[in-house]
Amino acid sequence: MSQPLLEVRDLSAGYRVYKGFLRVLDGVSLTVRRGEKIGLVGESGCGKTTTMRAILGVLPSNGRVTGGQVLFEGRDLRQASPRELQRLRGRKLTAIFQNPGAALNPVFTVGQQLDAVLRAHHPGMPARERRQRAIEALASVRLPDPERLLNNYPVQLSGGMKQRVCIALALLSDADLIIADEPGTALDVTIEDQVMRLFMRLVEERQSATIFITHSLGVVRQWMDRVYVMYAGSIVEAAPTQELFRNPLHPYTQALLKAVPKLTGGGIPKGIEGRVPDYADPPAGCRFHPRCPFYSPDRCPARPALVDVGNDHLVACYQY
Amino acid sequence: MSSSETAAAHDARALWWAMKRDNWRRMWYRFTRNPLSVVGLVIVLVTGLAAIFADYIAPYPEHAGAFVDFGNAMKPPGGQYLLGTDPVGRDVLSRIIYGYRFSFGMAIVVIALAAPPGVILGLVAGYYRGTRIDSIIMRITDIFLAVPPLVLAMAITAVLTANVFNAMIAVTLMWWPWYTRLVYGLASSLRNEFYVQAAEVMGASKFHILFREILPNCISSILTKMTLDMGFVIIIGSSLSFVGLGAQPPTPDLGTMVADGAKYMPDQWWLTTFPALAIVTVVLGFNLLGDGLRDVLTVEEQ
Repeated sequence: MSQPLLEVRDLSAGYRVYKGFLRVLDGVSLTVRRGEKIGLVGESGCGKTTTMRAILGVLPSNGRVTGGQVLFEGRDLRQASPRELQRLRGRKLTAIFQNPGAALNPVFTVGQQLDAVLRAHHPGMPARERRQRAIEALASVRLPDPERLLNNYPVQLSGGMKQRVCIALALLSDADLIIADEPGTALDVTIEDQVMRLFMRLVEERQSATIFITHSLGVVRQWMDRVYVMYAGSIVEAAPTQELFRNPLHPYTQALLKAVPKLTGGGIPKGIEGRVPDYADPPAGCRFHPRCPFYSPDRCPARPALVDVGNDHLVACYQY
Repeated sequence: MSSSETAAAHDARALWWAMKRDNWRRMWYRFTRNPLSVVGLVIVLVTGLAAIFADYIAPYPEHAGAFVDFGNAMKPPGGQYLLGTDPVGRDVLSRIIYGYRFSFGMAIVVIALAAPPGVILGLVAGYYRGTRIDSIIMRITDIFLAVPPLVLAMAITAVLTANVFNAMIAVTLMWWPWYTRLVYGLASSLRNEFYVQAAEVMGASKFHILFREILPNCISSILTKMTLDMGFVIIIGSSLSFVGLGAQPPTPDLGTMVADGAKYMPDQWWLTTFPALAIVTVVLGFNLLGDGLRDVLTVEEQ
């Protein structure tokens, strides 16, 4: 196996707020191989979006990466100069944000925004060809009447259309890695499914790798090669999708799977007791311990490391 | 290029124009929903055109300068001189029209000089909010804002010689911080918008982000402010002239006319009243127009 496309090692990051420093990410490690589709799941506030931003180097101004490495094709992005990083973004790695409406600039038409990306990435491409490429990009995400759409402002589009435009924008750059932050969340279920299918097909066609951030286990199960489960700022379990769903090992993953409502009955799904910890003062040792049914002070002395239990299955829990 | 390609390109342009025209029509519709905006537009257009074509519109263009006709001095309004004449026999109406030309010219020059640097500084400070760049720019801005504008302008014109050019410099110097403030506020919130971050993630340069992502979203506010400011600059310019630090006689200026006429109140009331009304009208016009623009442009953004 050659060098992985992206390797995140022990990444820590946090935000400076009024009550101190929130240590949100606490040693996140993950690996993405070329063309691999990674699902990153976890409940709201567990640091999924922070992970994405830390990888891309676009944390908000009060955020700071405090440790670890982000190796992209072997280069540590944290050491890269801003200029280098700017060149990599968009060409090699790109992202799709949570809210499709907000990712398009309201004062420009769809055509102008597509054109701007093309112009930046292909200087010297004639205007007519750029227009043609923009039309093709819109057609590739199955948007009807792309020529007309070029002249539309984002306000004139529906949420699903906007999300498709965002996907088209991200795909224009032919990036090797696309990080998608819950692109379906703002859409209704049927549209989400359409957009998902489209997105995954295009990702597969281009053989891009993707990190897909979501809290929908259904989406993960259906589309992803490998799943990383995040809890309170660190990866607690990682396994190939099949393996994870068949054999969840971490108590958090097990609880998460139990919390999914089923079509076949089974009553009201079981929630997880408690809530995501306060990042200003996170629990010592294993961050899950206050909510963990298996916790005992003797068995869980410190923070468990990710260990390989076979089948490419990693878990961070003292039970294993 | 084949003929079908040409036809396709032609169609594309036609479609573009059709949709552009639609947008303009919609904006015009929204603008006309508020009758006061239309009143403002009419006032600005009428006074603006009068200022531009003063040579043709003013009944006595030669009265704009150092003209004397003591035979017709101090004529009350009506008859040959619609708004009366001043102590040296010059037609007040003609001088008001030329006064507009002067006021408009000054306002345009001041805003054209003050807005661009103010906007650029605000953009940069807003984008780099919380850094040293922000502190330096905004503290300087604060210092300028802390000085009462008219006093600063008076101080500057008093140090330099009192003339039109220096009055403009003075007003410009006190005007740019308002644009910095406005754009700073907008830019510092816009930079957190997802489309700005999306642009960063896609590898856009700082220049692109400042001028192609953030600035276009500020344009509507800047335009509105510029329109409103036209009125305010006219007031400040007239105030400077009123205290003798702006336009110097015989240049016809509304502020100077009000000041000169004041000593003949209340008997020759028209000397002061009409120029004052002229100032009020045009400032009101710009305010109404500015409000109308704000309505149109902000709705467009939602």
